[in-house]
Amino acid sequence: MSKVRSILLDPIFNDNPIAKQILGICSALAVTSKLETSIVMALAVIFVVAFSNLAVSLIRHLIPSSIRIIVEMTIIASLVIIADQIIKAYAFDVSKQLSVYVGLIITNCIIMGRAEAFALKNPPVESFIDGIGNGLGYTFVLLAVGAVRELFGAGKLLGYTVFSINTEGGWYMPNGLFVLSPSAFILIGLLIWIIRTWKPEQVEEE
Amino acid sequence: MFEHYLSLFIKSIFMENMALAFFLGMCTFLAVSKRVDTAIGLGLAVVVVQGITMPVNNLLYNNVLRKGALDWAGLPDVDLTFLGLITYIGVIAAMVQILEMTLDKFVPRLYNSLGIFLPLITVNCAILGGSLFMVERDYTFPESVVFGFGSGISFALAVIALAGIREKMKYSNVPPGLRGLGITFITVGLMAIAFMIFSGIQL
Repeated sequence: MSKVRSILLDPIFNDNPIAKQILGICSALAVTSKLETSIVMALAVIFVVAFSNLAVSLIRHLIPSSIRIIVEMTIIASLVIIADQIIKAYAFDVSKQLSVYVGLIITNCIIMGRAEAFALKNPPVESFIDGIGNGLGYTFVLLAVGAVRELFGAGKLLGYTVFSINTEGGWYMPNGLFVLSPSAFILIGLLIWIIRTWKPEQVEEE
Repeated sequence: MFEHYLSLFIKSIFMENMALAFFLGMCTFLAVSKRVDTAIGLGLAVVVVQGITMPVNNLLYNNVLRKGALDWAGLPDVDLTFLGLITYIGVIAAMVQILEMTLDKFVPRLYNSLGIFLPLITVNCAILGGSLFMVERDYTFPESVVFGFGSGISFALAVIALAGIREKMKYSNVPPGLRGLGITFITVGLMAIAFMIFSGIQL
């Protein structure tokens, strides 16, 4: 039982896909200007990584290793098409804002990386849990960055006003830098700093 | 006409830099930017693959996938756009494989210097992202050739510049928690801010 727990929870802080494994960074930066898009993106990634891990793990004894990348790609691409169509059907506005980044889940290295590193060597149930765990680790970073950027960049959370903005007679002057994309890099850099100060064993040697 | 393509080319390199404005290809961007010479190898590989796959995907989209594109086959109502993602990634994977075999046979020196970067490029989001942008913006075939090379060069430029900075960073005293990945993120953030001066320029 404790093994399952560590598979599920380790990727959140101890072995975070973004902060430690350097996987899946592109989308983490591009979709976090608002909390809402971050949540939709995170759910899509959890769905794809969990089921691709499950599928790859189920057929891991059947695929010859020379063509495994193509096979994994096909599985992942099919799952992403499902996720893309579902988002288009039920959250059309969000899908417009996410633009090409839903499609880019295919090349999100978290999914490929976990399929290669975990699902090819472990039984289906554990792979599925590993997928969810890594999805949650990704979610954690996305939500943290998305919340900070929306709060300080627009004074809102999920579209509800938290800080009243000065143009509407309030006291808060929105910091435009947080809406712009480069702030995401700096925020993730600072987040890594916080995590590694808290867990010094992750510090890199020079 | 020439000016239109030149403007698109410049725009895709500076104003719409793949790595620093759209954050595409970040995983390889951060992982393979420790040394300038490897960064040059990666940059070169991206330019070549991007320049080939983008026009091919453009042809596929306009002649097979687009709504009404199958008119020539007597199927005017068929809309295959939902198969886009799987088609583009298939084309990219196949192109990378073909390029790898061709280089191995005819230009072994270049093949050896590119090394493991070629297969890595299949999962580089800059390549797939470029194709998706091309479809979203409805580029014509010549435009897709120009955009393909331009965006490839933009990625190469960014990765080589970052590698240059990281080589110098060995000599600086970075706080322990920021060492390695953390400070790289912040450097890239500052580079992205620097690249924002190009935004809004009209040629």
